[in-house]
Amino acid sequence: MILASATGFAVPHIDYTAILPELILIGGSLVLLAAGALNVRHLPTRVYSLLSGATGVAALIAGIVLWQKVHGGGHPLTAVAHSLVIDGFSTAFVILSACIIIVSSAIADGYLRREGIAGPEFHALALLGASGAMLMAAANDFIVIFLGLEIMSIPLYVLAALDQRRAESGEAGMKYFVLGAFSSAIFVYGIALTYGATGSTNLAQIAGYLATNVSTSNGLLLAGAGLLLVGFLFKVAAVPFHMWTPDVYQGAPTPATGFMAAIAKVGGFAALLRVFFSSFHSLEASWQPILWVVAVLTLVTGAVLGLVQRDVKRMLAYSSINHAGFILLGLQAASREGMSASLYYVFVYAFLVLGSFAVITVVGGRGDTSHAIESYRGLARRQPLLGFGFAVLLLAQAGAPFTTGFLGKLYVVEAAVRSHSYALAVIAMLTGAVAAAFYLRVVFVMYSLPAGEAAPAMALADGGALATGTEPAAAVAAPAGESRGGVLVAAPPEAPAGAATGAGGGLRLRAASLGIAPSTLAGIAVTVLFTLALGIWPAPLFSFVHAAGLLF
Amino acid sequence: MNTGFPYLTVLVLLPAGAALLTAVLPSRSRALMRAVGWAGSLATLGVAVAATVAFSSGDGNFQMVTVHPWISALGISWALGVDGISLFLVLMTAVLFPVAMGGSGRHGGDKSFVAWMLLLEAGCLGSFLSLDLLVFFLFFELTLVPVYFLITGWGYERRGYAATKFFLYTLGASAFLLVGILSLVGLHAQQTGVTTFDVRQLASTHLTGTEGVLLFLAFTAAFAVKAPIFPFHTWSPDAYRESPAAGAVVLAGVMAKLGTYGIIRFDLELFPRAVVTLAPVLLTLGVIGIIYGGIVAAVQRDLKRLVAYSSLAHLGFIVVGAFALTGPALSGAVLQMVNHGIYTAALFLLIAMIYRRLGSFSTKDLTGLQRKAPVLAGIFTLTMLASIGVPGLNGFVGEFLILSGTFLTHRWWAVAATAGVIVAAIYLLWAYQQVFHGTPTEKEESFTEITWREGLYMAPLVGIIVFLGVFPGPVLNRITPSVDRLVTHVEHVAHANIPAPGQPVVAASHSANGGNK
Repeated sequence: MILASATGFAVPHIDYTAILPELILIGGSLVLLAAGALNVRHLPTRVYSLLSGATGVAALIAGIVLWQKVHGGGHPLTAVAHSLVIDGFSTAFVILSACIIIVSSAIADGYLRREGIAGPEFHALALLGASGAMLMAAANDFIVIFLGLEIMSIPLYVLAALDQRRAESGEAGMKYFVLGAFSSAIFVYGIALTYGATGSTNLAQIAGYLATNVSTSNGLLLAGAGLLLVGFLFKVAAVPFHMWTPDVYQGAPTPATGFMAAIAKVGGFAALLRVFFSSFHSLEASWQPILWVVAVLTLVTGAVLGLVQRDVKRMLAYSSINHAGFILLGLQAASREGMSASLYYVFVYAFLVLGSFAVITVVGGRGDTSHAIESYRGLARRQPLLGFGFAVLLLAQAGAPFTTGFLGKLYVVEAAVRSHSYALAVIAMLTGAVAAAFYLRVVFVMYSLPAGEAAPAMALADGGALATGTEPAAAVAAPAGESRGGVLVAAPPEAPAGAATGAGGGLRLRAASLGIAPSTLAGIAVTVLFTLALGIWPAPLFSFVHAAGLLF
Repeated sequence: MNTGFPYLTVLVLLPAGAALLTAVLPSRSRALMRAVGWAGSLATLGVAVAATVAFSSGDGNFQMVTVHPWISALGISWALGVDGISLFLVLMTAVLFPVAMGGSGRHGGDKSFVAWMLLLEAGCLGSFLSLDLLVFFLFFELTLVPVYFLITGWGYERRGYAATKFFLYTLGASAFLLVGILSLVGLHAQQTGVTTFDVRQLASTHLTGTEGVLLFLAFTAAFAVKAPIFPFHTWSPDAYRESPAAGAVVLAGVMAKLGTYGIIRFDLELFPRAVVTLAPVLLTLGVIGIIYGGIVAAVQRDLKRLVAYSSLAHLGFIVVGAFALTGPALSGAVLQMVNHGIYTAALFLLIAMIYRRLGSFSTKDLTGLQRKAPVLAGIFTLTMLASIGVPGLNGFVGEFLILSGTFLTHRWWAVAATAGVIVAAIYLLWAYQQVFHGTPTEKEESFTEITWREGLYMAPLVGIIVFLGVFPGPVLNRITPSVDRLVTHVEHVAHANIPAPGQPVVAASHSANGGNK
């Protein structure tokens, strides 16, 4: 396998098929950058988006081929001198990253065109970041994890700062960068200490070393594992290392926030799960209680602080912290089932968060600034489809049945119960209920009357109920068939409030129709369909996740 | 196993499909939406009636059972079945939905209103029919979403507050239920190696005393909030008050039964020993609910809140009947669930008719309606008397069975509960005097008699109230075998193997199996 060259430096055999998805993404990123740099004719943004999406599709196909190789007939393997591992677990994350790229390209397309941001930078950075996440998922060596972490993080820092017109964006990038650099430093120090304690940076070798050696004083090892944990928890935004999250999520351009929320969780959790479940499995007794505390803090902080937010982006930042707590439940269980549960949750969450931030992108309007909860008032009445989609995504995050969000919560809570963490399971579900309050608030605002109609006439309809501008009410939650006339429903003559809507409603109509690009809508539709379809018929995703086992 | 027509699956999927159809129809025509709503709910009623006919009385086990694997990775299956306990709740649900949709005037033709109502019907029927605990939980939770939208979309002034309070309160309590379900399944898997959510298999799980009590509390938390049982009722007067008429009918008529049904189906079946241990506590809560609900109802000036508190009192009766653990009391509780659903629905619909005419729920604003609308007043009287428990009407049969059955085992609780019957008479008669007697002022001059359309959807309810009052036999014949099976099961498990204090619990597998085959 290993070829020794004349200089004594061992060049490992590189199995290019094993890293094909990563290579495709990096290649796509380079092509985009080259096209942007040559810039013979000013290429329209649509072309870059299409290229990015196509790269994602190619990576997805490569990922599925790998999955078939690992799963059907073949067997898991290590590659490139055992520094990478290609097993069901890593391939599942590779596939997920590719999906994220595809959906995110579609969503970002509308945003970039609306804001008039020319050039391939957004997509190129996103592709690079996703390749980093894939590398983290497939890494079998701490050094490779670190490489992946940096390849993923640095594009994310830039993405956060991409919107030069808003100071907050630059601030977000700076904050993310400085704190991220700190956490990377801590992570590297953790690698060093672990190497000192075990004599290797290879995950499998560390696991083997710990399984065969009993150390009388393992302070060094525990310190190393602890520092590694801190590095990971920073990336996945777990309390108490979450401080950056609300500011960065709020400041970053909205589609970048969605991408960042999805991909950072993918990379962070993929490596975190693998390291702690396979390498540090024997230290379970030491890290389980710590993770218990971290999970509770994360769950509670996310849910409680989310309650007081008036900015929807910031609210979803806290919601993502709450979700991170749920994913930690699966790791805390330290069981194979817990692994699958966490994987499932990450999968489901990635789609939920992408779709949610896509809706926020649309509502944010030109300039990406109107994110106060008040800008959502009456959204479902002006844009029934969009409102319905957002309602589904939010309710799924709240854990409504027959959505993937519920099944994700079910799966991790079951894992927790199986490992007898009853209290943790109850706390998690209760914070889920608390978090439901702020999701519902947005849903309620979306379905209430637009601002101009705040005081509807107390018409005594023959139904006995308050007739709140009766015809718009008919459009509430109507999932389909409304796309033509659904933008602004003409108020019927008998609703006195209808007249008042006239002026304000017309303005809204224009503002709203400006922001929605078909590609963004398609991205949202994919996430909503994913959430509903796999919530009602969950077997495919469950068996996929179930089969995505770890090699070690 | 049922080889014939899959009644139960159709019962759940039919309204769900109709809801989907309503949602995707590219039309907002009120007439069309109303027609789809009627067609969907009446077809469901037809299937429910057919299932009732196909149901063989005298058999206490689950009938028409359907089992299909759903999420095999987790051992979850689409398992539906019906027995005497759920049969009439299903039928009642199928009756109340078309009635509620008929009783909701103008907005009854709103596209999304119809869709949410039909989805809610699917959720309620699914909860009553599920034999798989997780599928039950899914449907149990699913009901929250349509109700939330029904209240926020078509409710009264404080609808946002009431809907959110309702949603969060019940969702919070469900957290315990979910963890309880998963713990029970985990214990069962540990003992047998089989991961299943099927309640019939889970009933044979061996539980130590503490495990049983903890699981019982986890399950009951959710059911007590949903029902609601005192002191977990604080969401209900708000939710009932701010709901549109159809929402109130469904909340009080059908969804409250999800809680009491859950207690009877799951608590009694799965944790018999804990039930016996904790029965006095629950009986006491039930009795407190009866008295407290009655007293608070007596001081309400708002008709809807009055019915909400009277509902609390009536649910107290059902709880007492369930935890008295005798055959008659439990049969009475099951029957009373149906009775309460019917007359509470009728009361809410009548109150909605008054509001539609005069725009008020307050007894202060209303007087002398009897002069203007004798027929409406007559129907109100009949419904009210049924609610009080006057012999010859349905309320009497249920309450009598509960009280006489409870007297056998828990004498003083029965005595205290009887006081509740008197309180009920007081507050309802006061309210009636206030609203219907007296001389109409000029405001009430415009009050009109019940219309044909209103009469049409009141008629089935009135018919059932009288029928069940005079002729409850056919219903009781079908309820009793299942109830007897359940009571035998509880006694078997609870009394055959009561462990001595401090001694490890001996497995009760034989008795549990025997009672559940």
